[in-house]
Amino acid sequence: MLFGASGAGKTTVLECISGLLVADAGRVAVSETVLFDGEMRVNVPVAQRRVAYVFQTLALFPHMSVEGNIAYGLDRVPREQRRKAVDSIVEAFRIRHLRQRRPGEISGGERQRTALARALVTDPRVLLLDEPLSALDVATKNAIMADLRAWNDAHRIPVLYVTHSREELFALGERVIALEQGRIVAEGLPQAVLRAPRLEALAQAAGFENIFDGTVTAWHEETGTMSCHIGPGAQLEAPLGHAPVGDCVRIGIRAGDILLAIAPPQGLSARNVLPGKIVSLERRDVTVIARVRYAGDVEAGLEMEVHVTPGAQQALALAKGREVWLVIKTYSCHLLR
Amino acid sequence: MNWQAFALTGQLAVIVATVLVILGLPIAYWITYSRWRWKFLIEAVVSVPLVLPPTVLGYYLLVLFGNTVWFGRWYESLTGHTLAFTFSGLVIGSILYSLPFAVQPFAASFAAVDRRLLAASATLGASAWRTFWRVILPLSVPGLVTGVALSFAHTVGEFGVVLMIGGNIPGVTRTVSIDIYDRVQAAEFAQAGQTALLLLVFSFVVLSLVYALNRKVWAAWPFR
Repeated sequence: MLFGASGAGKTTVLECISGLLVADAGRVAVSETVLFDGEMRVNVPVAQRRVAYVFQTLALFPHMSVEGNIAYGLDRVPREQRRKAVDSIVEAFRIRHLRQRRPGEISGGERQRTALARALVTDPRVLLLDEPLSALDVATKNAIMADLRAWNDAHRIPVLYVTHSREELFALGERVIALEQGRIVAEGLPQAVLRAPRLEALAQAAGFENIFDGTVTAWHEETGTMSCHIGPGAQLEAPLGHAPVGDCVRIGIRAGDILLAIAPPQGLSARNVLPGKIVSLERRDVTVIARVRYAGDVEAGLEMEVHVTPGAQQALALAKGREVWLVIKTYSCHLLR
Repeated sequence: MNWQAFALTGQLAVIVATVLVILGLPIAYWITYSRWRWKFLIEAVVSVPLVLPPTVLGYYLLVLFGNTVWFGRWYESLTGHTLAFTFSGLVIGSILYSLPFAVQPFAASFAAVDRRLLAASATLGASAWRTFWRVILPLSVPGLVTGVALSFAHTVGEFGVVLMIGGNIPGVTRTVSIDIYDRVQAAEFAQAGQTALLLLVFSFVVLSLVYALNRKVWAAWPFR
């Protein structure tokens, strides 16, 4: 899966792979077959790449029936074989009853199924999907994904799926490549890429309100944590990362992951308890945004954004100037660098 | 009524419209999809007849057909006569004169076809040729109808070019518009009026058909 915000370059990658866009340099290969190589001056024409591409807009041919659309890529296949191929794919994608309809006469989900069928029936080397389900409701989306999975279990075609939706990432992704401004910023399992982003660029996308620069002061391999110094007198326990002692690290903490306590908390599993003072409170919809200044050492000048519910604000009588304790779990401290 | 002139005009218009489809489609395709930097020059050349007085075009054609230039000499050596004052000459003149009336609607309708459809066609393994016949052309039907009807009607109505290169030979180059001009010169106003009225009705009917057909096609189109 290719993941990234709008303008990150996801579609450009697909266009280079399909050959619709000619890259300035680089290499495109599917398993052993080289489709493009800037240095070797290889550039297989689009029509001969056998790279199936389902566009965001689907690009179904409006003047052809569903069946006509699906059979379009099979003109060199003998008639009998073509009929069989179309038959089995309309069955797999549950659009048999729509064969004679035009794309303009069927629903969005049915159009999506038709576009997938049209692309897959040609037995492509790879399937490129450009945010194919972004316009559909969840139920339709899930049903289509299930059919796509079933088809692919039998045919084993590699799929490159572009999305900016985190839900789809978790639902579908085996391996995720995150793009930012045309560059790969993270790679791996969806959880790894999203839950513990290693890069600040992605951190912003994943929604870290609090980002601190610090240095690693100690490793505690037996407990799987390390201590990070983020300001005079301020320490955070974070999960062990790649950074050795003495290295600079950047830690991201989501505002919603921080607890506020009005008395020094006891008997908690959280490793990080920092004293603080509320400097401002602002209510936005059903979230109260508190800015809390670290009070352990005023010199540190550390501030954290904390999100609490209006109910919690009332119950704890949180107000400007109130002394509080910030409680942060080790695993809420995400190493960004 | 001079039915001979009508028959001749109809024949001329049918031939010209047919040739313009064959000639106009590739030109329009090239104009739409070429990325050549000097493309605008070709577009200008194709469209020149729109603004040029017919007599100017007729004059240059007459020079071209004459035996002072290589083309005229070459044609004369081939056939034994010049192109001027012949039906063939008239066909060539009319094709040039009506070219923009075919090419412009063709090109406009090609350009209106969603490029994503062409990209989809290519990724499905279709050649440019197949994409043209299966995707571009079927989606350009309104533009094709408009182009054919306009070039047909425009040929029927042309006067200046015919007069310059064809003269006024009954059954060879005397088209309806020349016939009307002739009658008026000879003060046969009644006959001129009849012919003129018929031409007026004809033009109205053709254009009505074009617009009615286009509307029908558009109405049946789910996507635009």
